[in-house]
Amino acid sequence: MTITLTIDGQEVNAELEQTLLEVAREMGKEIPTICFHEATTANALCRICVVEVEGQRVLQPACIVKAGAGMQVRTRSEKVVRARRTILEMLASTMDLSEAPEIQAMMREYGASTDRFPDAERRESAVIDDNPMYIRDYSKCLLCWRCVQVCADDAQYTFAINFDGRGFETQIGTFFDISIPETSCVLCGQCVGVCPTGALKPKREYLLEQGISAGEISIMNTGRKQRKAK
Amino acid sequence: MTEIDLTHLKPAVESCIPMGRSGLLPALHAAQKIYGWLPKEVAAEVARLLRIPLADVHGVIEFYSLFYNEQVGQKFIRVCTDQACALKGSDRLLRHLCSHYDIEPGQTTDDLSLTIERSPCLGLCEQAPAALVDEDAETNIAPDFHSYDLGIPQSFVYGSLRELTANCGEGTTTLAKYGEYKAYKKALDMPPEVVVSEIKASGLVGRGGAAFPTGVKWEGAAKAAGSQKFVVCNADESEPGTFKDRILLLEDPHRTIEGMCIAAHAIGANKGYLYIRAEYPYIVPVLEAALDEARAAGYLGDHFDIEIRVGAGAYICGEETALFESIEGKRGFPRVKPPFPITNGLFDKPTVINNVETLCNVPLIISKGSAEYRKIGTEKSPGPKLFCVSGDVGQPGLYEIPFGVTLRELLVMAGGVAAGQSLKAVLFGGAAGAFATSDHLDVKLTFEDLRAAGLPLGSGVVMVFDETRDIRDVLKRLGKFFAHESCGKCYPCQMGTQRQMEILNRVAKGSVVEGDFVRLQDVGWTMTDASLCGLGQTAASAVLSAMKLWPELFDHKLPRTAALNEPPGLAASSVKMKASKTKPEAKKTGKTARPKSNLEKKTKRVQAKKPVKSVKPVRTKKPVKKTGSKK
Repeated sequence: MTITLTIDGQEVNAELEQTLLEVAREMGKEIPTICFHEATTANALCRICVVEVEGQRVLQPACIVKAGAGMQVRTRSEKVVRARRTILEMLASTMDLSEAPEIQAMMREYGASTDRFPDAERRESAVIDDNPMYIRDYSKCLLCWRCVQVCADDAQYTFAINFDGRGFETQIGTFFDISIPETSCVLCGQCVGVCPTGALKPKREYLLEQGISAGEISIMNTGRKQRKAK
Repeated sequence: MTEIDLTHLKPAVESCIPMGRSGLLPALHAAQKIYGWLPKEVAAEVARLLRIPLADVHGVIEFYSLFYNEQVGQKFIRVCTDQACALKGSDRLLRHLCSHYDIEPGQTTDDLSLTIERSPCLGLCEQAPAALVDEDAETNIAPDFHSYDLGIPQSFVYGSLRELTANCGEGTTTLAKYGEYKAYKKALDMPPEVVVSEIKASGLVGRGGAAFPTGVKWEGAAKAAGSQKFVVCNADESEPGTFKDRILLLEDPHRTIEGMCIAAHAIGANKGYLYIRAEYPYIVPVLEAALDEARAAGYLGDHFDIEIRVGAGAYICGEETALFESIEGKRGFPRVKPPFPITNGLFDKPTVINNVETLCNVPLIISKGSAEYRKIGTEKSPGPKLFCVSGDVGQPGLYEIPFGVTLRELLVMAGGVAAGQSLKAVLFGGAAGAFATSDHLDVKLTFEDLRAAGLPLGSGVVMVFDETRDIRDVLKRLGKFFAHESCGKCYPCQMGTQRQMEILNRVAKGSVVEGDFVRLQDVGWTMTDASLCGLGQTAASAVLSAMKLWPELFDHKLPRTAALNEPPGLAASSVKMKASKTKPEAKKTGKTARPKSNLEKKTKRVQAKKPVKSVKPVRTKKPVKKTGSKK
């Protein structure tokens, strides 16, 4: 069934089951997203995609809200822009966004300052290098949940990782912080594939960045194999 | 470390195994009861027995404040440091206890005999300062710490009406005393849709804070497709300053159970859950006994039965969908809505979830009939309402009044501002509420009048601050509360509560930096507009209202005010307050038309039977010394 709604003053047709995000993108309107990924269940938790829908008390996440007949939607109202800018500024004050070029671009677009919050506590942790396949650098993690989702029932049904802590102190973790090889992880790599910020990274890429040459990495691997063989 | 003996675990969690994932919280509670905490081996065995992934079990333990994956003391003292207790010197109490045992808050003595923790509001605000000692409430702790009440907390019930609180104030009401479930029997003779229309006609709206029309909710669930439906009672009362559900459940459990039975008949549910916060451990046996009585009398049984679920320290689980997640054995993350609980609630089935006070109105409506019920209160806000009055008033307690009484009249009933001080502010509706001042004294306490005045009724909190109080201290505690209780799911609340707390700490220290006013506003409005659930959407509500009323507190250009000190005149004010308790007296609120003697006749102050008034100083209780301390 086709319905008509208005987005930023422009009438547009949509299918009933389409989300506002899909409709806006078809119109060529860019609504930013962070946690949204085609392969995972949308949780609407980053709230960067919020838009103003007339008659609604609070802003609505475009990634899950379905288009409705006669809906009046504003994707760039003052409220929307303030929320997006503040969320980006809070992210910048919390974590390392150096390997998240998409979020950096959003910050430029919304005039978000990287040092809006003086003396803000950051989420920092050391790089965890405990398996041959990938490293975990949770200083770069923005808690989009995608890795937990693909590890669980969105893809792999492995359930190796979940959450530690609560609120601002939340971090992705394993059962009592055991190392990845001790968990049910099958090294499928799907979590690495969906990570948007470089918090999860292939080990080889990480070593190359550390200035270790491809040749040396190859020798390291050989060494490991030889050690294992003994 | 000694090896952990797992032989007792399986029998203890046996009954949880058939529940599967939903049995996780009860199983973890049972395990923690045996071991005192949840060691890795125990968590792994629970995971194996219930067939839940290890990482998920760990995620759940990590989410709830009252599950411990590090060894803690055999004895636990949790000192409430939220607003109402802070006014009565809880910081001093905490310092006193900690220095006595030579530990810091959150630490355990070296001999593992005692852990002392700061706690969010324990729902004992009218008997502040208060603490929870293992499963006993320690209340009315004297300024010299030498006397206090210990055990099941007392119930101080006042007001101009005794409808919802008819059986409150004299200890737990047994079924024999409560009498038969007359309203339920009457409802059973009515077709379910007539029960629903009766509730709709009564104009009852939810008393937990959101004020959603109860009849509309019931109608939705009754009409929803599906044969399995649930009734859930939300007794996760955690809003700072709220203690009404504690008193209703402790003193008159059958009223809530009868309300649930009527709801079950109305929507066609055969299973109910009563989810109660873990900070009310002394209520659980009372509820269990009441449920047994109701089963024996045939009110509960195969047609409809109720299971108690105990939370584990998470304010967010008062949010309805987070509460469902918790019953389902998961971290208490709120769900995105829609879909709404009436179609996709607990276990994805149609569910009616109501607050305790809401359910207590139900038997009243059915027995009186909606027309008679509507004679109480105002046209747009019918019915009786409970207010939790705490802070600097002569007579803190639970007040039952009809909607339409003014704030001034309520404060007069409560003995006015304590110790002859004048009013600075009233925190309305709880931490998620807003501040009122003396300008609001003539506002009628109804949904419509409060809305017009920009005040939320919330859960009925009226917390009074006298003119000597520093609002910055109240704000600092609000900031800490929300940062501690944010679930961490959506970005605005996860980071916003943390940034809000940091700025409010600067405000409290008198070290506001340039731009903090706008910064705090941006964070506040972003949480309000963009958060996923009600917690985030109201986490800045009181702060934003304070910024309107006292902008100077947040202005970096004004001379830096001194950092916060201890609230002045603590001892003196509490002494005077106690004196004024017996004879309520209007002070400074200056209204001549004071509710007359019939109010005082109906006013009861009854001491519950259980509390043991101790005259022993705190330090004589099983002294625990940190080994190797210098003393």
